[in-house]
Amino acid sequence: MTNSALGPALHPAPAAGAGAVERRLRARRDTGRGLLMPYVTGGITPGWTDYLRAFAAAGADAIEVGLPFSDPTLDGVTIQQAGDTALARGASTRRILADLSGMPALGVPLVASTYYNLVLHEGPEAFCAALRRAGVGGLIVPDLPVHEADELEGAAAAAGIELSLLASPATPQPRLAEISRRSRGFVYAVSLMGTTGERTALAASAAELTERIRRVTDRPVLLGFGISTPDQAREARRHADGVVVGAAVMRRVLDGAGPDDLRAFLTTLRQALDQECDRPR
Amino acid sequence: MRNVSPWREPVPPGGTMGEPRARGRFGEYGGRYAPESLVEACREVDEAFREAWAEPGFRGSLARLLAVHAGRPTPLTPALRLSEALGVRLYLKREDLTHTGSHKINNVLGQALLAVRMGRRRLIAETGAGQHGVATATAAALLGLEATVFMGERDIERQALNVFRMRMLGAEVVPVTAGSRTLKDATSEAMRHWVGATGDSHYCIGSVVGPDPYPWMVREFQRVIGEEARGQCAAELRTGVPDYVVACVGGGSNAAGTFAGFADTPARLVGVEAEGGAGAARGRLGVMHGCRSLFLQDGDGQITQAHSIAAGLDYPGVGPEHAHLRDLGRARYVTVTDDEAVGAAVRLARTEGIVPALESAHALAWVIRAAGGGDLPAGSTVLMTLSGRGDKDVSTLKELL
Ligand SMILES: Cc1ncc(COP(=O)(O)O)c(C=O)c1O
Repeated sequence: MTNSALGPALHPAPAAGAGAVERRLRARRDTGRGLLMPYVTGGITPGWTDYLRAFAAAGADAIEVGLPFSDPTLDGVTIQQAGDTALARGASTRRILADLSGMPALGVPLVASTYYNLVLHEGPEAFCAALRRAGVGGLIVPDLPVHEADELEGAAAAAGIELSLLASPATPQPRLAEISRRSRGFVYAVSLMGTTGERTALAASAAELTERIRRVTDRPVLLGFGISTPDQAREARRHADGVVVGAAVMRRVLDGAGPDDLRAFLTTLRQALDQECDRPR
Repeated sequence: MRNVSPWREPVPPGGTMGEPRARGRFGEYGGRYAPESLVEACREVDEAFREAWAEPGFRGSLARLLAVHAGRPTPLTPALRLSEALGVRLYLKREDLTHTGSHKINNVLGQALLAVRMGRRRLIAETGAGQHGVATATAAALLGLEATVFMGERDIERQALNVFRMRMLGAEVVPVTAGSRTLKDATSEAMRHWVGATGDSHYCIGSVVGPDPYPWMVREFQRVIGEEARGQCAAELRTGVPDYVVACVGGGSNAAGTFAGFADTPARLVGVEAEGGAGAARGRLGVMHGCRSLFLQDGDGQITQAHSIAAGLDYPGVGPEHAHLRDLGRARYVTVTDDEAVGAAVRLARTEGIVPALESAHALAWVIRAAGGGDLPAGSTVLMTLSGRGDKDVSTLKELL
């Protein structure tokens, strides 16, 4: 940690054994940088991995790669459509991971996200091992709450995959402490009570939730769900260490935007986060 | 038809349909695989249900509503002419005679009372055949609640009568255009909607599926079918208990309620699924809509679309307790085709003067086939739950007959 302004009480050195995703996010966070994790649905277009390169070039600190599932119960229409499009193109966990394996290293940690059925289908051990072989470092499973996570937690740890858990505005404080303790990589703060999808403003619940998470952990906290514009990213950054941007990216992709367009869009978010970083949090 | 698991007796331990184990488990199935945003809401439902179910006052209010509004108890009807033709003694538990025309009302009245107790002002529901939607709209009207019902577009077309009934009862019916536009997609959409409405709305799930406590709670609210039938069989049958207890299985609520009354007896339990929606008979371990159970999936782990002429059986999964009963060998799950179900519906109409719902006709189709094929020994006594009446299916049948 280089920035000592906040003192060691708030930002002690990363726990021994923190994984590569967490180490990277902590290191960047500790320089005062606002973290940016854009999302793309794997297999959405034939050359979909070009989006990953564009995200990296725009200054992404990590990239979330969605493995599409037939019944995404926590996703709004945009990411549902993206998943359906990818599946109609023949996307599958196996093919998406093969595409990732065939890519030169990006220098940006990859975090897979998917629903638990796809994990169980392969079996948690085999699934995590396959992620690892494809160069994926982290995993998010939105329908796997902390009290059901043991089975995957063990398999993920054994394969060196950092399983990030989600926290919601409805999560009571003691449970939030457990989520923060057992989460790896970062804590995924769901900004609002709703599904993924663009919103016109950052939900009021976002600030309160991140504040409550901060009370129990110094792990990086990323705010996701609904964050769509530079202004919202800037505001989110006042509370959290960074943002996840999914539907705003995928709506553009569905509308035909190419990697360069996405790079331009994400650059505006990057700049907003960089501007905000000088301000006190 | 496939005999999926060995036919075993007597009752194995754990097969008596009591409370689930810790964390909502029926064997390895069940659980609360809900998005974090719904976990607290599930916990609240669980707490409220446990409290209410332990209170004679709550049970009394529910029993009264079931009697004065829903028309319980429902009769046990000997199907005399059909029995004679089949060489077995067939008794029908007449859920088709409840108000709104199916067993769905039993569960809905329970959940609606619970919602009122929890201070909720609106019910959210998914529906396939429209029977659960109609029951939800009815209970909401009765108790002064609002109702929002999600229904696949395809089901809206084939169950038009029920759509009209729901709207007449003051419910909002929201068409679902995603995926197969049937029950699976309606359930996903209802869950998405609930995430944003936990503060004032109760999600009234229509079958023994979903995150804990739903599979258990819905079975308890449907237990009335099995308990009444148990008493009626005791009075009616020389043996007291039927040899076979048969019910159709979509998510599995009428079957679970029926089986619950007989799980501790030597009666053989048979769940009948639609050939194209056979979660229990052909599903693989998976997680969907909040629970770990058996689901139809392709080689990549994507849930496949079910296909059944009966909208209420058009679901690619099955409730977790059925998956458990299957593994234990306590219940057997079999399938019948659309054609067999239609044939059975016509036969019941012409021999007994009862037009069954196409869902219920599946259960009968198995009885007919099993009696003919020797799977049901001659002279066996068979209790079959007739889960609903066929009014909603007349336009589907009109095109076929
Ligand atoms: C008349 C009838 N029977 C059976 C079912 C299937 O549901 P379950 O398996 O939960 O009883 C339905 C569902 O809509 C129905 O309407």
